[in-house]
Amino acid sequence: MQTQASKRQFLRTAGIAAVAAIIAPRMAGASPADVAAEIKKLYGDKKIESGRIKLDVPQIAENGLVVPINVEVESPMTAADYVRSVHVFAEKNPLPGVISYKFTPEAGKAAASTRMRLAGTQDIVVVAEMSTGQIFSTRAEVKVTIGGCGG
Amino acid sequence: MISRREFLQATAAAGLITSASGLGPLGRAAAQQRITQADITRFDNLGTVTILHITDVHAQLLPLYFREPSVNLGVGEVKGMPPHLTDEEFRKHFSIAAGTPDAYALTSDDFVQLARNYGRMGGMDRIATLIKSVRAERGDDKVLLLDGGDTWQGSWTSLQTKGQDMVDVQTALKIDAMASHWEFTYGADRVQEIVKSAPFAFLAQNVRSLEWQEPVFEARKMFERGGAKIAVIGQALPRTAVANPRWMFPDWEFGIREDDIRKQAEEARAEGADVVVLLSHNGFDVDRKLASRVKGIDVILTAHTHDAMPGVVREGETIIIASGSHGKFLSRLDLEVKAKKVTGFRYKLMPVFSDAIAQDSDMKALVEKIRAPFEKDLSRELATTESLLYRRGNFNGTFDDLICKAMLEERDAEISLSPGFRWGGTLVPGDAITFDALANATAMTYPNCYRNTMSGEQLRLVLEDVADNIFHPDPYFQGGGDMVRVGGLGYSIDVSKPINQRISNLVELKSGKALDPKRDYVVAGWGSIAQNVEGPPIWDVVEKYLARVKTVRLEPNTSVKVTGA
Repeated sequence: MQTQASKRQFLRTAGIAAVAAIIAPRMAGASPADVAAEIKKLYGDKKIESGRIKLDVPQIAENGLVVPINVEVESPMTAADYVRSVHVFAEKNPLPGVISYKFTPEAGKAAASTRMRLAGTQDIVVVAEMSTGQIFSTRAEVKVTIGGCGG
Repeated sequence: MISRREFLQATAAAGLITSASGLGPLGRAAAQQRITQADITRFDNLGTVTILHITDVHAQLLPLYFREPSVNLGVGEVKGMPPHLTDEEFRKHFSIAAGTPDAYALTSDDFVQLARNYGRMGGMDRIATLIKSVRAERGDDKVLLLDGGDTWQGSWTSLQTKGQDMVDVQTALKIDAMASHWEFTYGADRVQEIVKSAPFAFLAQNVRSLEWQEPVFEARKMFERGGAKIAVIGQALPRTAVANPRWMFPDWEFGIREDDIRKQAEEARAEGADVVVLLSHNGFDVDRKLASRVKGIDVILTAHTHDAMPGVVREGETIIIASGSHGKFLSRLDLEVKAKKVTGFRYKLMPVFSDAIAQDSDMKALVEKIRAPFEKDLSRELATTESLLYRRGNFNGTFDDLICKAMLEERDAEISLSPGFRWGGTLVPGDAITFDALANATAMTYPNCYRNTMSGEQLRLVLEDVADNIFHPDPYFQGGGDMVRVGGLGYSIDVSKPINQRISNLVELKSGKALDPKRDYVVAGWGSIAQNVEGPPIWDVVEKYLARVKTVRLEPNTSVKVTGA
């Protein structure tokens, strides 16, 4: 009898798909190779150096739909030496290109912030092109988690 | 049984580490001897500053049993390092003899026997006695009392009063400042309401408004004690918005914000701080990594991972202190400050043996007043346990096995999931399971026990995701608590592997068959961070089950096989 009574109660209070609802369906995403190909399309076989770029992204996204990103590129920002453009890629998003910025020396500072949507845990790749022709790149991993189970 | 000679040797070793740290002097109280309050408070004063630290009390007003973990694995660089030591290894590292009060307080083996010898630990009235005793001995003007957070949640009275009971206790203890985590699960409005009127500082440098990235709380506060200026920087659990329901504080963002901590430390020095303290709820491994990367912090008072360590861990110039949980311990750190620098320290993790420490009458009265309106519920006996019921540990605890079993039966599910919380007391065989004890393991603001279906593949992904939150080799990528507990399901886990390669051999226990990735299973669980979860509160589900079975007897759980440790 107990079991039957309990069963009726489940039907009344049947839970929603609480956990299932927060598991994103697996989307067809890009791959690191796709992003490498995009960069190659932009800069060919030019040497890509590390350094100069300060990339701020959270290690763990609090909300995969709006992940904050802050990019800053070290540069004197003079007519002779400035940051021409900055490209941001998310390696496993369905569309890996997140945003591209163009700068002029008048900007004074090559810094930009925005929010991006991430399809899952992946590396964010930033490439910066200088007016001198130098190319810099950096990357950082952002984890997009189901969450819960908080200690 | 250890011989007397072995015991004396071990105590001598413990005595040595006391000079800088340790429970040492207590080692003298052998298994059969009585521990006295004087043993616990004995301390060789140093310098002019005393910092007292208590943390992760989880709203435990009364003494309780709390079994430390038998499994507490470290991965990557911290493998085998404190606090990732248990039982024999732990005792060896800290020179503690088996069977002693220290062994009972800090390790898990032989817990039932030792619990009968040494009794319950904690209790706010005993904590009050210890704090008053240190203040009397040192002088109020030399003592700083800091609370690491996870204070307002974890009992029926805290849930019913939305944390007010613990705020009243903190006020009576005269804490100077606190950090936070579970506090946020009362919702943003309630937290703000308390913070605005509390007589202590609620410090959280790493909470920002989502839209404008403005600080929500005071980041740090300067205190003057014993002629020294002490800057305390507060840090909330960086993963609060991932580990707990973000919809309860939708406009706030967390994160570690290492650069901002660095700035806070620099600003504090510029303002003349002699000592910089990080009152942190990061968890031990995160704090150790932080200390290796951020210079200028003298002391990190860590929390969250509930580790109790009888000695300090030094990382560069930083001293890291881990003061346990549930009111089992109170840490005392004396600092000698000369020419604006910390030139010496002495530390003791004071174990709060409730039978040895006098009850502070004011606090005893306050606790009684807090509990009185709920006494009828609290004292209700639901069943008796013949097994040791505990939670803490990386994988399964017996209290969780009980909850998982109750969900399977009362919610007619094939598989059940219970969050890997670290809070909740222990019951020893023969104990009545009161509603009070059940609430200590379940009382929180999102308790609904859902029932839905998940495919075998979804279940595997959930296990992989949670495992990565614990066993990611970089502590900065680690998330909330211990591994999610499972009922009706067995699996193997290799903790040394990366995400999506750790979990294997998923088995539906009832049929003994491999979990079918494509089949949908009926799953019951609680503590979902989603909004509008339907289902009865988990304590109702467990209470119904207990009312039916009357007596709890659990077989050892061997359904999770761990490798790579």
